[in-house]
Amino acid sequence: MAAKFDQNDDSVVVIVGSGAGGGTLSNELAQKGVKVVVLEAGKRIEYEDFINDEWDSFGQLAWKDMRTTSGDWRVHKDFPNLPAWIVKAVGGTSIHWAGASLRLQEREFKDASTYGRVPGANLLDWPLTLAELEPYYAKAEDKMGVTRTNDIPGLPGNNNFKVFKAGADKLGYKECHTGRMAINSVERDGRNACQQTGFCFQGCKWGAKWSTLYTEIPKGEATGNLEVRPESHVAQIEHDSSGKVTGVTYFDADGRLQRQKARIVAVAGNSLESPRLLLNSASSKFPDGLANSSGQVGRNYMRHTTGSVYAIFEQPVHMYRGTTMAGIMRDEARNDPSRGFVGGYELETLSLGLPFMAAFLNPGAWGREFTTAIDGYSNMAGMWIVGEDMPQETNRVTLSDQKDKWALPVANVHFDDHPNDIAMRNHAFGQGKAMYEAVGATRVFPTPPYPSTHNLGTNRMSANARDGVVNGHGQSHDIKNLFVSDGSQFTTGGAENPTLTIVTLAIRQADYIAEQMKSNSI
Amino acid sequence: MTTTETTLAREGLSRRGFLQRSAGGFAAAIAITSTGALLNASEAWALDVKGLKPETMKTLILVARDIYPHDKIADRYYAIAMKGYDEKAAGNPQTKAEIEAFVAALDGAAGEGGYVGRPWEADRVAILKNQSADPMFETIRSGLIASLYNQKEIWPIFGYEGEAFSKGGYIHRGFDDITWL
Repeated sequence: MAAKFDQNDDSVVVIVGSGAGGGTLSNELAQKGVKVVVLEAGKRIEYEDFINDEWDSFGQLAWKDMRTTSGDWRVHKDFPNLPAWIVKAVGGTSIHWAGASLRLQEREFKDASTYGRVPGANLLDWPLTLAELEPYYAKAEDKMGVTRTNDIPGLPGNNNFKVFKAGADKLGYKECHTGRMAINSVERDGRNACQQTGFCFQGCKWGAKWSTLYTEIPKGEATGNLEVRPESHVAQIEHDSSGKVTGVTYFDADGRLQRQKARIVAVAGNSLESPRLLLNSASSKFPDGLANSSGQVGRNYMRHTTGSVYAIFEQPVHMYRGTTMAGIMRDEARNDPSRGFVGGYELETLSLGLPFMAAFLNPGAWGREFTTAIDGYSNMAGMWIVGEDMPQETNRVTLSDQKDKWALPVANVHFDDHPNDIAMRNHAFGQGKAMYEAVGATRVFPTPPYPSTHNLGTNRMSANARDGVVNGHGQSHDIKNLFVSDGSQFTTGGAENPTLTIVTLAIRQADYIAEQMKSNSI
Repeated sequence: MTTTETTLAREGLSRRGFLQRSAGGFAAAIAITSTGALLNASEAWALDVKGLKPETMKTLILVARDIYPHDKIADRYYAIAMKGYDEKAAGNPQTKAEIEAFVAALDGAAGEGGYVGRPWEADRVAILKNQSADPMFETIRSGLIASLYNQKEIWPIFGYEGEAFSKGGYIHRGFDDITWL
């Protein structure tokens, strides 16, 4: 039975956002008996109501509120008000994600030590090690039902994967399989097995892919300790004269300003909204925004060095049938500077339906070079590049001159590619092309990055308060009862899809918050 | 109504099947009636034009095909993709003026007979390239991404099957049926 808490109840933990970070934290705390109010900007849409149609689903789920962009990234030119393709709904982007669940590699927690000085990069080691996270990774994998862990079988490979695998084999790549996916290959945890429907990005209508919407959140609600308030857009975090946070103000579904008092506030609105909220909460005591004594709030924005490779073959592929991200090739995820860049990348299969292929294959293109590619749609295979990009201080979320419907400044997202990012992307384009040509591709396309789904780093963890926003538990250096619980904590991005690590950090953070509450430290 | 008629009606086109296909390419394939409608006899559809000059709407349909030329796609799908501009023009004099000015510029660049009078795609594409800095060109191009490619009726022509949940996904319908590898 879902709880209902008084807005003046200052014993609750308020969590802003209900995605992989906030949704997981809410359940973990509720299971420990902690009272939690989740404020979610979006509506609650149950999975039966998801839509197998790309544009209709985008209209139903995507965060379409105004944002602005700047920088040399192509997204700024092609999609100036859509820097990110993420979700505004209960469950957040855990509705949209593809399900790939990979642990960060040991060295990826120690980039500054491993890579040395990289000009223009603001590299820093995490205040955490893989060894410290391993027990929590194990809990996350079990919770999410990740294939190839906990004796859960891998998913079967679809046509898109078979083409990808054949190419990887021809090139002599060794580690290529159908992935570690938080998609049920068999019924588990009361949820269906994958029916190879496709439309993973549009929300899984079978509930086979893990999302906080139909796992963490109802489990948390069943404890009686969790209340989720949809259509509650947090405007500001408030604090007292001592500098402790005391609660938040938010706009409800009817546009009325409300206040929820809190003992602790955890921000989990993703790497664009979380720094925006901290900056929009500036006060006379904290004129640069909350938790920002380092000046690092909003900086070091990372989005992974992405890009796609699509190829056309003589015979049909029907890549859209089945799991959208149906397999992975990990051999290039190593750090091997002889390739001309530091860090590594994963290649993962990907497909788009015809409408989104038209939108994303080569935004802005027209004429027969473009339309003959679309004519080859049924014979097309596709893959996505996920590589480590360099944190740069100047890649950052700031407050825009533009305001939203509540007169709150919106986020401006500035991004310039680092030379290392470009070198890595070009290498990956070349390897992807070689994989497809090895199995007979007649035409191959390098597709530029889509609006970002992996948004990271804008409230990063650091050992020293001067270098970052939060400590190794996601607790802000400046304010003890203010936490960050999403991907904005990442000190560096690694080469792996971030959701598993976000969930892992949330489980670990819940233990820490509960202990600190018990000992009355916060 | 037949299924085709129902589909046409939903798309804002009406069925007119009484004329024989005429030779002479696009310029002749779409006739303009005395009441100001566009009539495509060979594809058996008509489109009432209310906001724009009928000639302008006819040109926009060809512009749409020249921007995103798919030889397997009939004119009617380009007409459906562009008819929104006629509706917008009917309700907004400024939009109407901008569209008419854009088409007038194309006609001016094309010379005698105007844009639709130029028989070869390559010549028309050259004219479009010269006009591609006009904001109206980008409005039309970017609008086509959804108004053309999101028409469910054209998806099968490209081999895209669309919605799959109601059919039980592809687990028993060929998700791994590739044989040529």
